[in-house]
Amino acid sequence: MRRVYLDHAATTPVHPEVIAAMLPHFHNSFGNPSSIHSFGRESRQAVDEAREKVAKILGATAREIVFTSGGTEADNLAIQGVALAKKGQGRHIITSQIEHHAVLDACKYLETQGFAVTYLPVNAEGQVQIADVLAAIRPDTILITIMHANNETGALQPIREIGRLAKEHKITFHTDAVQAVGSIPVNVDDLGVDLLSLSAHKFYGPKGIGVLYIRSGTKLKPLYHGGGQERKLRPGTENHVGVIGLAKALELATTEMESKQAKVRALRDKLMGGLLAIPEVKLNGHPEERLPGNVNVSIRYVEGESLILSLDMQGVAVSSGSACTSGSLDPSHVLLAMGLSHGEAHGSLRLTLGQDNTEEDVDYVLGILPPIVLRLRQMSPLYHKR
Amino acid sequence: MNSYNEKVMDHFKNPRNVGSMDDADGIGEVGNISCGDIMRIYIKVDGEERIADIKFQTFGCGAAIATSSMVTEMAKGKTLDEALVMNNKDVATSLEGLPPVKMHCSNLAADALHAAIKNYREQKLGHKDMSDAAEAHTH
Repeated sequence: MRRVYLDHAATTPVHPEVIAAMLPHFHNSFGNPSSIHSFGRESRQAVDEAREKVAKILGATAREIVFTSGGTEADNLAIQGVALAKKGQGRHIITSQIEHHAVLDACKYLETQGFAVTYLPVNAEGQVQIADVLAAIRPDTILITIMHANNETGALQPIREIGRLAKEHKITFHTDAVQAVGSIPVNVDDLGVDLLSLSAHKFYGPKGIGVLYIRSGTKLKPLYHGGGQERKLRPGTENHVGVIGLAKALELATTEMESKQAKVRALRDKLMGGLLAIPEVKLNGHPEERLPGNVNVSIRYVEGESLILSLDMQGVAVSSGSACTSGSLDPSHVLLAMGLSHGEAHGSLRLTLGQDNTEEDVDYVLGILPPIVLRLRQMSPLYHKR
Repeated sequence: MNSYNEKVMDHFKNPRNVGSMDDADGIGEVGNISCGDIMRIYIKVDGEERIADIKFQTFGCGAAIATSSMVTEMAKGKTLDEALVMNNKDVATSLEGLPPVKMHCSNLAADALHAAIKNYREQKLGHKDMSDAAEAHTH
């Protein structure tokens, strides 16, 4: 059976060149980077080089790069770290309703610790409005945290504009760029961010390694204590193999990015066009201002998990914002924030393309999906009631 | 959701008794769109108060479709009183189990069957006509 992976927003396969770069560091250059002997020095040098490489690609300096265990840790370090460092100046945080749970739940936790959080709404295309950000700023606002690109709809957020606003008001600004890095150009000065999270496994790197970029001068306290690594902001023996893999993956993803992403975008547009040609299917998110690989649609009268199972039986991997796939009783908080009905959110399907997808993959999916939709609709009492 | 057993997947792939019934003696509907599961069951009852025919329509996840299919298979040929004794747990057991998260949210098929039986009995007593009953279960 043909297998088609269309869930690159969830994770990506590790690029063979990334594996090749990592391999020797498991057993040959395995030393602890903190050791002063030659084994340790080799690892230290590899970590330093990787850090330089990552910094250069993001437009940062090496000192501003802190390696973490991934996006969730980077988000928590940014949000809780700033809250701890600046609680004397204020206790108000601004975020949005469509953030990843790593951000939302960190903010909810801070609410239990005496902080106030404003969760900004989004428009029907899933984008935060700059006027809402401005209106939410208070004298005691210490942090704004808004994602770069949404993980469900791919909708790009007005990060540059928010960055300018944050700077004017001297508020620390964090962006969760986990979905953006590797798919679109990301430069910390261009965006005007003080903190930025990224995760290697979203761009053909290994799982379990990420970065928090911390602009020089940003006040932040560590969440863990236990050693001097990562300038004491993230103590613990470095995951040096992961660090090397992350740097290599980032280098590969950002080399000839434009032409690679143009190919992904062309396939995405074809897929999107084919999906929207099915009756009563609507696009979720902004038609243009979205990540090049992302399609998110709502298919009326059917439920997302049934769609996923049916596609999976024919070798196609996708995801959905239905409750059944979120592990809770509610469908996607992102789609509900955009004003979708529960039915539309339960019937949502996210297909995210990557660099290895082909025209044949798209044709295959567009061939098998309409009969699946028809079959499930014929089973649905809603379809007959319409 | 990635842990459905073979029996559940069989009922999802090849659901038994899918469809509607123009001349149903009873119709029951449970669930609502906000939790993502709606099940509708149609029954035909014979002179001995046995379920002579049964159909279902379901909007929902794999477990919702599989339990709907299973309950129609279990109920066919049973008397109404026998069918009323079956509960959601029995349906899940006949499917050799459901993932824990599905036990409370998508395991409503027996309730839909009971609603259809109630609808049939109410009509028989002449308290309600079909359209009212169907309406009462519409969300």
